[in-house]
Amino acid sequence: MAVGAFADRGADLELVGIEKRFPGFTAIENLNLTIPAGSFFALLGPSGCGKTTTLRLVAGLEEPTSGRILIGGTDVTTQKSFQRPVNTVFQSYALFPHMTVLENVAFGLRRRKIADPVAKAHEALLLVELDHLAHRKPQQLSGGQQQRVALARAIVNRPALLLLDEPLGALDLKLRRQMQLELKTIQDEVGLTFLHVTHDQEEAMTMADTIAVMNKGRIEQMGEPQQLYELPRTAFVANFLGQSNLFTGPVVSTTSTAIAVDVSGQKIVVPLERAHRLSGEVTIGVRPEKLTLHAAAPTHDAGRNVMGPGKVIDVSFSGVSTQYLVAVPGVGTLVVFAQNMAFGPAAHVGAEVWLSWNVDHGFGLDDDPADAPRFEADLDTKTIAQQRRSSLLTELEEA
Amino acid sequence: MAFAAFSSQAAPSTDPVARRRSPVALFLLLPGILYLVLFFLTPLVSLLLTSFQAPREFGDIGQFDYAFRWQNYVEVVTTYWPHIARSFGYALAATFFALLISYPLAYFIGVKARRWPLLQSLMLVLVIAPFFISFLLRTLAWKQLFSDESFVVQSLKALSLLGPEAHVTGTAFSVIFGLTYNFIPFMTLPLYTTLERLDLRYLEAGNDLYASPFHVFRKVTIPLSMPGIVAGTLLTFIPAAGDYINASRDFLGGTGTQMMGNVIEANFLVLQNFPAAAALSIILMTVILVIVSIYVKRSGTEDLL
Repeated sequence: MAVGAFADRGADLELVGIEKRFPGFTAIENLNLTIPAGSFFALLGPSGCGKTTTLRLVAGLEEPTSGRILIGGTDVTTQKSFQRPVNTVFQSYALFPHMTVLENVAFGLRRRKIADPVAKAHEALLLVELDHLAHRKPQQLSGGQQQRVALARAIVNRPALLLLDEPLGALDLKLRRQMQLELKTIQDEVGLTFLHVTHDQEEAMTMADTIAVMNKGRIEQMGEPQQLYELPRTAFVANFLGQSNLFTGPVVSTTSTAIAVDVSGQKIVVPLERAHRLSGEVTIGVRPEKLTLHAAAPTHDAGRNVMGPGKVIDVSFSGVSTQYLVAVPGVGTLVVFAQNMAFGPAAHVGAEVWLSWNVDHGFGLDDDPADAPRFEADLDTKTIAQQRRSSLLTELEEA
Repeated sequence: MAFAAFSSQAAPSTDPVARRRSPVALFLLLPGILYLVLFFLTPLVSLLLTSFQAPREFGDIGQFDYAFRWQNYVEVVTTYWPHIARSFGYALAATFFALLISYPLAYFIGVKARRWPLLQSLMLVLVIAPFFISFLLRTLAWKQLFSDESFVVQSLKALSLLGPEAHVTGTAFSVIFGLTYNFIPFMTLPLYTTLERLDLRYLEAGNDLYASPFHVFRKVTIPLSMPGIVAGTLLTFIPAAGDYINASRDFLGGTGTQMMGNVIEANFLVLQNFPAAAALSIILMTVILVIVSIYVKRSGTEDLL
């Protein structure tokens, strides 16, 4: 990285065939990823999925076992952390406790011999509205303030690529919302490339242009937030990004526009362009807010899928919407979100209901249903006793 | 938490509860106060009074009367100024070398060996192990190793690294060597305790902010380990300045390497010139106190005292 000058724009990041093995486990396997310059990219996944390792590889704090890392077209795989045009906002903030806030922010500028580091540090602190605390020590600030200092310390260097390692994790909801907006504004203003690692799906969806959902060291699906939400490719994405109702069954008929799936005797139609697997056993799903509750069996409509009857087993009110849990025999428990358009719930616990949804709202997953659980394991004592009994009977018959 | 190590420095405690005076607290402090009055304050006052004593008229050797003979101080400074200078020079050199040796050692034990707790404990035991043998015996052993007939000196002479008439014992080298050797554990242990708590994420942050490993060490690691450095150097410098074993003729020293401790010992026990010895002791204490307070003030670690 050139000494004494800023990067004039964000750079794109390219990961080619990255693999990272630690003794005993593989954190990342064969990761290929391109992040275009100037975009806000979120790497979303549960803890231990390899997202932080990916970030540390890009920052140069870990070395990949194999593969290459390119920033703005330059291979940086062999470069040390301090040589890369990258800055990180650490999860722990890692503000130097022996320096003032101002010195923390000016640290990178001084190392790169940028002219007038103090004035530039003040500018960055103004951007995060903390200039009045410039002469405090980091531990005299609140968590949210420390986080903003960490952000200022990174963006003051105008790195071609800014890495954010769950920087909002320690903040309360209100502050987090505020910081999310601020981050987004800063990214728009400065035009840097942001790589944001998080396990908070809401945060990823509100902030990022592109989300990559990571699981067990590989990327499950990548795309715009809306696309990812409306058309998840795997059961993991369907459940990690919001909630989903998933069903499994064989494809019984195929037309030129749709497939029909038999789910415990109920025919569910999914449009062809929204289904990944077109024959055999398939897993299909629908988002809870797309479901409509009916008190009586709805009249047949070719444009809607109907499921039921089922029994409401739980109703929970959450302000904007009400969540219903509906047990449909042979299918499992379905989640329904209904907008609170009228006072009081639309159905009470124990009521018999039918569910319907627009055919166009269903999606078919790419997973092999054999790998994914059909529905959540039913582990009440009665079921376990029945399973024991049947397995014992088959064992006795075989003998 | 990593920040805890520094929090007390930056944010002085303003806890009103701690400031409130309570008779119970005074009562609990009583044994400590009594102990200090009896074993610290009384000897100190006695020493101060002795340092101004005047020789008894027509008295025997070692007979003195209480007076205010401030000339004692002038006399000891004019007589023993080379010893005073040597004391602080040697102590400074020993502190410097001990720091030079201990820092990498403590860094290895406290930082690099974190992943292997067994190795960490083993190395700590090895640092402390010399304490199992008497300080005097160990220094005597070095005297044997450095004696003119020893293998070390004979080999050095055979290789012409030492002149045929050269000695190792009785030189400034051997005294500083002895001081350094004897005080290394006192330097290593405080350094280890700070480095062991050093949060490596700060070093990563430094690396991320374009600082090369050398700069990270200078700008982050050293400042963060300052409490250990200050504690270690004080624990080495203060006793080393008053040490009289290493510099003694019976051990590693010679006539030309006598330190203040040796002179005080000789004046008290051999010459029975108690006022001179007392004056020297007071000078030694005052100079150390002044040096230490300037040092602690400059390094910004007042909380250690």
